Amino acid sequence: MTQYLMSVIYDEPGDPTATDAESAAIDVFNDRLQADGHWVFAGGLGVTDTATTVDARGAEPVLTDGPFVETKEYVVGFWIVEAADLDVALRLAAEGSKACNRKVELRPFLEP
Amino acid sequence: MSDVAETITRVHREEWARLVATLARRCGDLDVAEEMAAEAFAVAVERWPLDGVPPNPGGWLTTTAQRKAIDRLRREVKREEKHREALMLTDEDPRPLGAIDDDRLRLLFTCCHPALAVEARIALTLRMVGGLTVPEIASAFLVQESAMGRRITRAKEKIKVARIPYRVPDRADLPARIGGVLTVLYLIFNEGYLASGPGTGPVRADLTAEAIRLTRLVRALMPEDGEVVGLLAMMLLIEARRTARVSASGELVTLDEQDRGAWDRELIGEGHALVRERLASGQPPGRYQILAAINAVHTDARDVRDTDWSQVVALYDHLARLDPSPIVRLNRAIAVAELDGPEVALAQLDGLPLDGYHVFHAARADLLRRLGRSRESRAAYDRAIELAGNTAETAYLVRRRDQLAPDDAAGTFTGSGAD
Repeated sequence: MTQYLMSVIYDEPGDPTATDAESAAIDVFNDRLQADGHWVFAGGLGVTDTATTVDARGAEPVLTDGPFVETKEYVVGFWIVEAADLDVALRLAAEGSKACNRKVELRPFLEP
Repeated sequence: MSDVAETITRVHREEWARLVATLARRCGDLDVAEEMAAEAFAVAVERWPLDGVPPNPGGWLTTTAQRKAIDRLRREVKREEKHREALMLTDEDPRPLGAIDDDRLRLLFTCCHPALAVEARIALTLRMVGGLTVPEIASAFLVQESAMGRRITRAKEKIKVARIPYRVPDRADLPARIGGVLTVLYLIFNEGYLASGPGTGPVRADLTAEAIRLTRLVRALMPEDGEVVGLLAMMLLIEARRTARVSASGELVTLDEQDRGAWDRELIGEGHALVRERLASGQPPGRYQILAAINAVHTDARDVRDTDWSQVVALYDHLARLDPSPIVRLNRAIAVAELDGPEVALAQLDGLPLDGYHVFHAARADLLRRLGRSRESRAAYDRAIELAGNTAETAYLVRRRDQLAPDDAAGTFTGSGAD
C-alpha cells in the first residue's frame, strides 16, 4: 500500500469556499473512502491571505504575512489516501475532483 | 557481419522485450530489469563467439540475466526487503519460457501508462519493448542523448515511486488503455514516415520498421482487437509506398505522381488481407480500421485515375462521425476535390482552425493553383513552406510554388488550357 497526497487546486478568481452542493458531494466521497479503506486524512485550508511564512533558518525566525509565492493556482484542501497502486489512486483522484468540483494533483509519499 | 554477430542481432530483436518483461515481473523494478537484460546481452556478445550460440538463446539470456540480478541484489543486501527480492528471483518460474506472453503486454501497458507524458511513453516503449538504445532513440527524435537519457530515467523513477502498476489493465479500463498504446505506436510510425527537422532524412525507415514490428507484437498478444489489426494494416499500406514517395533527388512525390510499379506488392497484399479480415468481422470499425480502408482504396488503384474517390469520401465521412476533428475534415476536403472539383473543396477548407499546420496551406495552395488563382496560391505555398519540417515536403512545395507564374503575370494564362 502506498499513501498519496491529493491536493485540491483552486484556479479561478474569487472565493474558493465550497458551495453547499460541493460540500455534500465531498461528504459522500469521504464516506466512501472510509468504507473502502482508502481514508487516511483530509482537510480544507484557509485562503492564502491567512497564511504566514516562517523562515527560521537564520538566528531569529522571520515571519512574512502571506504565502511565499503569489500564484494564480493554490491549494485549498487535500486528502491523504492509501491505495494499492497508481491506477487505484488515479480513480480516487478522479472521484475526488468530481466531488469537490476542483482539479486535484496526485503525488505519492516517499517510502519511509 | 559474422554468423554469430547476426544471430545476436536477431536474438536481441526477438528476445529483448520478453527478457525485460520477465525480469521486471520477477524483480518488480524496470530499471534493474533493463540493466540486467543489457548485461546479459553484453555477456552473450563476449561468450557466444567463443562458446557457440546456446541451443536455447532466450533461456540462456534469462538465466544469465537472473544470475546477474541475484549477484547485484546480494551485493546490495542491506535491508530485509532486498533479501525478499533476492529470494523471489531464485524461485523457479513454473511457466515455460515462451508461454509468458502477457509479461510483454504488462510491460507495454506500463510503458504507455497515461500518467506519463506522451514523449516519455514513446521513449520508454522504444527502450523497454523495442530494445533500442538511448543514443538510437535520441537521434531518432533529434534530442540530445543526455536529455533523452534523463527523460527515460525520469519516467522509470515515476513508475517506481508513484507505483504505476505492472499489469494489464482491468477490463473496464482496457479499451481506453489499448487506445493509448496504439497512439504511441502510431506516433513512432509517423515520426519515421514524416521525419521532422532539417538534420534528418525525409523518411526514417528504422522507425517505421520498428513501429510495424511492435504493432505485429501487439497483434500477436491481442489478436481479438480490431483496432490493432487496423493500425497494422494502415502502417503496412503506407510502408508499401515508402520508396515511391521520395524521389532520387529527395523530393516528396505525391500519390498521383508515384511510380505505382515501385510499390511493395507483398506488403499491400498483407494489408489488404487484414482490411478484408476486419470487414468480414462485421464489427463497426474504429478510426485505425477506417484509415486502413482508405489506404486500401488508394493502393487498390493501378492508376491514380482508377481511384474510387467516392469510396474515399464515404470513408472520411464515416471517420468524421467518430472523430470530427479539423484534420479529418481537411483530408476529406482533399478527396472531395477529386470528386467535386477544387472550388467545392476550397469552400470546405475555409474556416478550419488549422493555420499552424503546413498540410492545410499546401492543400489550399494546390486548390488555388488549380483554380488559376496564382497570387493566392503562392501566398499559401509560402506559408506551407514556412511551417513544413520535412525536407522532402519542403523541396516539393518550393518546386510547386516556383512553377507558378510570377506575380505580375498572374492571371494571364487563366483558362487558356495551355498547361
